[in-house]
Parts: sequence; structure tokens; C-alpha cells
Amino acid sequence: MLELQHVSFEVNEDGQEKGILHDINLVIPDGNLTVITGPNGGGKSTLAKIIAGILTPTAGKILFNGEDITEMSITDRAKKGIGFAFQQPVRFKGLQVFDLIRLATGSKLSSVDACKYLSEVGLCAREYINREVNASLSGGELKRIEIATVLAKGSQLSVFDEPEAGIDLWSFQNLIKVFESMRKKIKDSSILIISHQERILNIADEVVVISDGNLVAHGPKDEILPSLEGTMSAVKRCGKGLTEEGGEE
Amino acid sequence: MLNLDATSDRLLAEVADLHKVPVGAFNIRANGKAVARNSSANIDIIPKENGSGIDIKIKPGTKNESVHIPVVMTASGIKEIVYNDFYIGEDCDVVIVAGCGIDNCGPKDSEHDGIHRFFVGKGSKVKYVEKHYGSGEGTGKRILNPGTEVYMEEDSYMEMEMTQIKGVDDTVRDTKAELGKGARLVVHERLMTHGDQKAVSNYRVDLNGEGCSADVVSRSVAKDDSYQKFDAVLNGNTACSGHTECDAIIMDNGRILAVPGLEANNVDAALVHEAAIGKIAGEQLIKLMTLGLTEAEAEEQIINGFLK
Repeated sequence: MLELQHVSFEVNEDGQEKGILHDINLVIPDGNLTVITGPNGGGKSTLAKIIAGILTPTAGKILFNGEDITEMSITDRAKKGIGFAFQQPVRFKGLQVFDLIRLATGSKLSSVDACKYLSEVGLCAREYINREVNASLSGGELKRIEIATVLAKGSQLSVFDEPEAGIDLWSFQNLIKVFESMRKKIKDSSILIISHQERILNIADEVVVISDGNLVAHGPKDEILPSLEGTMSAVKRCGKGLTEEGGEE
Repeated sequence: MLNLDATSDRLLAEVADLHKVPVGAFNIRANGKAVARNSSANIDIIPKENGSGIDIKIKPGTKNESVHIPVVMTASGIKEIVYNDFYIGEDCDVVIVAGCGIDNCGPKDSEHDGIHRFFVGKGSKVKYVEKHYGSGEGTGKRILNPGTEVYMEEDSYMEMEMTQIKGVDDTVRDTKAELGKGARLVVHERLMTHGDQKAVSNYRVDLNGEGCSADVVSRSVAKDDSYQKFDAVLNGNTACSGHTECDAIIMDNGRILAVPGLEANNVDAALVHEAAIGKIAGEQLIKLMTLGLTEAEAEEQIINGFLK
């Protein structure tokens, strides 16, 4: 179980403190798929990075299974059972898909076993296992490999930062299937997805809405979704798009 | 089995993946002397009359055969220059494995300068693998200055894999190539320097025959206080294509100079140079750390992959 207590995050911009997240309180229980949604620039990706340890909150505490992990390194959090899929997967010259999956499982792994993870994300394993994770792979391919590494790691809490970003519609259809299948096997683990996509919101147990750095709604999907449709998320996104530069924080 | 000491056996395994006497033609040189030599039906290894090296003659049409010519040095203070000439007949397909390992436990410098010339016959295909490696705790330097010349006839193909990963204090590598009509040269250089090592790698490729092409790619890592220079010159003298690439990672106080040199002397010469030098990207480290690796482990994996 992950618990955020009064988590805030500020950055210093041109000598002025700017608040990105304000006093966030949130519990992600085990056996649960939670989706965090809300307008662009609202602080969702920052929150995901704070959970993974890539950013440190300027105030508040993070508890994982009751243990305070606020000051814990990325590595130690990963070892404790937190997985993180990047919004923009990282490219590596020289490292192969097999290397990444082997490192993710943290054990000696046969290429047959590694291929299983690729098949799960809808990639023809034989074609990809020995490919370099470099610029020769498309955005959709990289995204699926990124997700395969998180599957291979097998975390108690897996965080996915906008898995739909940068992929085509065809890849997206497959992606939904991957998450549906993960949802079925969830057991005692939990999944946290940052997403704008209705189809991802639809498979959630709980939905959290973050807007302008504030947690504005949190509850079961059936309660939260109807209030979002055609309103807040979409409308605010359009409004924001007119006034602010695009791109997620 | 060869009657060599354990250190020489270890060096042979490092530079030529040799764990026993190789199959086919070979010449093994240890501490300045040939200790084992074997010619095969198609590949003759003949010592030069003046004792300065060997001639390797490969009969036309020789296919799927290999030649191993590793060199090991375990005595401190040896300095030698060896000239090896490879005459590869027409229509061959062969693998040549060279390489030099120096273990220097003494106070004097040890140096091996291997000068290799390749005459690649029409339509032949050659794969050349060369590994350089140094070890030993002595204060004497381990120095390797390889000189390589490649003369390629019509429609020949040569692939060169040259690796120097560890322990060589000082290197100046000079590689020259002249390409005939339709010939293709592919070079993959892998280099890592550490401590206060220096490595200079110079290439000069003359693209002389119509339709020939060259691809020279170097990947290197400079750690600690080491210094590297990569100087690759392609001369496009006809309708040809050439590409050079220097892709380098710097760490600590490591320094790298990449010097692009393209000279197009013909309007149909298409030449490209790419160079990128920088430290390991922070996001690469973070990605591997989210998989549970420490920063040091992540760095090691990234470098191993980069130099693979």
C-alpha cells in the first residue's frame, strides 16, 4: 500500500517559488488499479516521479507498506517494490531489449523467458529480443518495450506515466489489452496509471483527478467518471491548450 | 597444448578467445619469438627472410577458413616491431584473428608495434578481428602502436573489428586503406581508456574505385584522466560513398578530440561524418535505477552495452 501524506512540490523559477503540487493526500491500496487524470500541466507526472523517487517532495511524507520512503533513493524504492514506466522511454546505444528485460528481472534469464514479456505486450519476441533499444525503434515499439520491462520487474506497485503518449491508435488498442490483462492478474499488487484516455479510465477501480496541483476528486470510477465526461478534463484541456504551451509537465 | 605460463594462457584467451591450440593456420608469438606455427592446405605462413615478421599467403578460392596470429608479452622491457603481410587471393572468404596482450609486472616499458598489410584479392571477403589488452601491476608502461594498411581490389569486402578495452597505457593506431572499384570497407572500433592512458586513432581511407564505399565507426569511453583522439579522413576520389562516426562517452576528467576529415574530389562522392561526445545521459541512469540497479551498476551496464 502506498500512502502520500501532505505531499507538496515547489520549484524555484526566476527567483520565485512556484507550487506544482499542493498538500496531496492519497492512498493507493493493494489489489487496485488507480488512474490519475486531469488537465495538462496539472502536476500528474510530477506526482508519478515523486512516487518513483526521481523527484523529492519539498514537503510531506511518502509511506510504502507503512515505511517512510520519502528520502529513499530510486534504487532502494525499486528494490522495495516500486516500478516505473517512463512517459518518454529512454533510448540506449548498444543495450539490447534482452539486456533491459534481464536487468529488470534481476536474475539470469533465458531468452525464451524474456520473450514471454515481449509477447505479453504484443511484440513478436523473436524480432525484437536482440534489437538495440535505440532510435531505430518507433515510439510505439519503445513504449511497449518500456512496459515489458515493468512487467518483467514484477513490482508490488507499478506506475505508468501516460502510457498512451506518443503512440499511434493501432498500438493504443493493443496497449489497452495489456492493461486489461494486468488488471486480471493484479492479486496483491497495485497499478497506478497517469492517463487522459477514457478507455484506460474505464478499466480503473478508482480515479483521482489532479488539477492545478490540487487533488480535486478521488473515488470509485463509477462515481468520478460521470462527472468528468464532457466536462472538466476535456474542457480544461482545451482551455489550457489555448493559453499555455503544450506538453506535459 | 602450448607450453606457456598461466599469464600467457590468460592473455591468449583475452585477445584471441584461444583456450587451446587453434584449428587451421596459426602463428603464436610470445616474448619476441614464435612459439607455435601451423600452415594449412590453403593458408601458408612463411617467416620473412630478414626475421622481421611473417607472410601469410591465402590461396585463391579459400573459403570458411581462419588464421590466428596472436601475440603475448609477459616479460618487462621488450620492445619490438613486427611486420606481417597478408596476401589474400581472389574469391576467398576468411577470418583473420590477431591481437596482442601485454602483461607488464616490471619497471620497464613493454611495447609491441604490429604493422599489418592486407592485400585483398578481387571478390574476396575478409573479416579481421583484433583485440588489444594490457594487465600487470608494474610501473613500466604497456604500449601498442598498430599500423594497418589495407589494399582492396575490385568487389572485395573487408570488415575490421578492433577492440582495446583495458590496460593499454599508450596507443597510436594508424590505419590506411585504398579501395578499388566496388570494394567495401567496414570498420568497427571499440575503445576504452582509463587512468592516465592515451589513445590516438588515425584513419585515412582513399576511395579510388568507382562505386566503392567505406563505413568507419568508432565507439569509445574515456574515464579518469585519460585522453583520446579520433582522426578519420575519407578521400572521395570517384563516385563513391563514405561515412565516419565517432560516438563517445566521457567520464570523470576524460577528454576526447574528434577530428572529422572529408575530402570530396569528385562531384559524385557522397561523404558523411557524424560525431557525438558527452557524458552518460542522466535519464539512462535513472531508467536502470528504477529497475533496481545502483548508479554505479547502471553506469557499468550502459558502458558494457555501448562497447559491445
